[in-house]
Amino acid sequence: MAENEKKKSSYISGSESRRITRFNRRVTKKLEKDRADSGKDPALYTTKMKDANNVVEFDNVCTYFFTDVGTVKAVDGVTYDVPIGKTVGVVGESGCGKSVTSLSLMQLLQRPSGQTVGGEIRFNLGDGTAYNIVNTPNSVMETLRGNKISMIFQEPMTALNPVFKIGQQINEVLNLHNPEMSEEDVKARTLEMLDMVGIANKEGVYNMYPHELSGGMRQRICIAIALACSPTLIIADEPTTALDVTIQAQILDLLQNLKDRLNSSIMLITHDLGVVAGMADYVVVMYAGRIVEKGTADDIFHHPAHPYTIGLMRSKPVVGKKVEELYNIPGNVPNPVEMPDYCYFRDRCEMRCQGCDGLYPPDIRISDTHIVSCYRYMDQGETLGYPKSVNVEEL
Amino acid sequence: MEEVKTPVAQSEYLLEVNDLVKWFPIKSSFFKRTVGNVKAVDGVSFKIRRGETMGLVGESGCGKSTCGRTILRLQEKTSGQVLLDGQDIFALSKEELRRIRPKMQIVFQDPYSSLSPRLPIGEIIGEAVREHNVVPPEEFDDYITRVMEVCGLPEYYKERYPHEFSGGQRQRICIARALALSPDFIVCDEPVSALDVSIQAQIINLLKQLQKDFGLTYLFISHDLSVVEHISHSVGVMYLGNMVEYAATEKIFANPLNPYTKALFSAIPIPDPDAKINRIILKGSIPSPANPPRGCKFHTRCDECMEVCKYAPPEWLEVEEGHYCACHLYDDAEAKARAEEMMTELKKTETEPVKEQEVL
Repeated sequence: MAENEKKKSSYISGSESRRITRFNRRVTKKLEKDRADSGKDPALYTTKMKDANNVVEFDNVCTYFFTDVGTVKAVDGVTYDVPIGKTVGVVGESGCGKSVTSLSLMQLLQRPSGQTVGGEIRFNLGDGTAYNIVNTPNSVMETLRGNKISMIFQEPMTALNPVFKIGQQINEVLNLHNPEMSEEDVKARTLEMLDMVGIANKEGVYNMYPHELSGGMRQRICIAIALACSPTLIIADEPTTALDVTIQAQILDLLQNLKDRLNSSIMLITHDLGVVAGMADYVVVMYAGRIVEKGTADDIFHHPAHPYTIGLMRSKPVVGKKVEELYNIPGNVPNPVEMPDYCYFRDRCEMRCQGCDGLYPPDIRISDTHIVSCYRYMDQGETLGYPKSVNVEEL
Repeated sequence: MEEVKTPVAQSEYLLEVNDLVKWFPIKSSFFKRTVGNVKAVDGVSFKIRRGETMGLVGESGCGKSTCGRTILRLQEKTSGQVLLDGQDIFALSKEELRRIRPKMQIVFQDPYSSLSPRLPIGEIIGEAVREHNVVPPEEFDDYITRVMEVCGLPEYYKERYPHEFSGGQRQRICIARALALSPDFIVCDEPVSALDVSIQAQIINLLKQLQKDFGLTYLFISHDLSVVEHISHSVGVMYLGNMVEYAATEKIFANPLNPYTKALFSAIPIPDPDAKINRIILKGSIPSPANPPRGCKFHTRCDECMEVCKYAPPEWLEVEEGHYCACHLYDDAEAKARAEEMMTELKKTETEPVKEQEVL
């Protein structure tokens, strides 16, 4: 019985497959055309921030992938803010959409199959106006990427180009965004950056190739490249996952210091709760493309409310706290192509209540800073509204 | 199976590693002459009790994986001795080794590359069972089903191929494959590093459960200290091919002695925003094992480095009962005298001390 069911879920007939392909082609073509149209007029992609103290506001962002097996709703109605000068930690398991959120912000999605189909991403320009990244044309994005928003990737081995010297790779960013700078100024700034990220032998490293450096050093170079233009937002996508614990401590320490010096904000994407606790002011917990809980670090770590967050905390062994058996969250993440219409976590949840049979739960504000999406808190706070999904059939 | 019965009476320790050394030669491109050695494992000794887990921790490149592989004789040793149940692994002939293989198994780090993509799960798990005649052919199918059940894999997975599974399921398959031969000793080489937190918990619980049910002995290699603390009875810390500290888990976490262990433990991120940790940030990164610093290998990064550390390598001493450490800070009078003698000797032979390796 179970066997048949399992087989059915992954099976697609020939005609179904052709239908999906046709549908994808039509939808992505239309979306690409819309984007091209809205990029022509700055009025269409310039907006205002809701709160001028935020550097980025994600407002019900929906990013879908139109794949050959169906539409994958990687990010489905995600809303959160990144305040200026603060660190926001985005936590979740692999495949929960935390990286896709940041790629949507950078407009680095694999197009045409990956598309932001709904919502707004407002990026603060600092002069009272903001760009809605979703509609911003590529030519404008090029002035933002690496300049105002920059990204530190997980794998420092692959993020650097092996055939160029370290100095050249940092110079490149500066030259691109500051064409008026003279060659000497650029070099001086590069050396200053190398110094800033704690490289003792900066003149030597300037003329080295990436393979001559260790993993921690390479990550420092990546940070130097990301911070060369003093960006207002740094996206750190699992910056320390590939590194050792001792090197991880060095890098996190460095990031924290530099953030304060440049007054930038950090979006720290990670699956390591320990890293988030040490770094973040605000924490966003994602599950299956949606935010299940958000709040200050204190809210999330001391008063976790959503069963998924609680399960996540209990499943991680902590040094100094002896437990006989680790908690494990039963079951698996639902199939991303066919998401249920009830709470995505219901089938794995051990704290189910009556309301759980209903639709996907709304966001509920249980304290000033703490928002959770779970029926257990229905009567304990103000209901803020439901995450809005985009009906792809209507596009 | 009768012939491989242990020649000596069952001792308290299942595995004994004495002064194991594994060097990888560096060949020059011309004439294939050996121009140097990468000293991946450079004199490591420890013992593991029956039915217990020893955690082996350290930064990447410190030789912990090489150590695990050499113990299983997946690589030949350079020198030293490994005793499994009193039997010297490296003294066995090819045929004898083949017969003892079912007793020692390994679970690899990456469940994506350690399963053959062309074999169905039943065959992956059963191949070695058939090869070693663990069960009579008529019981073969039932046996595989039972092993899979123990590891939380439903029977109908047998016909499927590895690409149909998620990382956590694959790691279960790897564990089932190791378990199918009813081993005594399993080397777990970073079995949970490639997995998500919630899946990690499942695999760790499975490993612990299997240990309870079958009395398995594990060598658990990992760089995740919180996982090691959870699963191990004793912990060994490696740095650049050497063991620098070894003790029971409670002891070593409560009172780390070696400065390297202290720094390593202080770097563990704690999921509590209010936790105040005195983080010891180490300078630089691990030196090259092909050209390790003289004296104590850690002296280039150590905060408490003394003059003697630059010349004499520290001795492996029992500082407290059951708590071993290699560091000059804990030298007794005799060891101190020996180290100082060595230092003066070395100072005499060269007027100028070798420059410290440049720390980037």
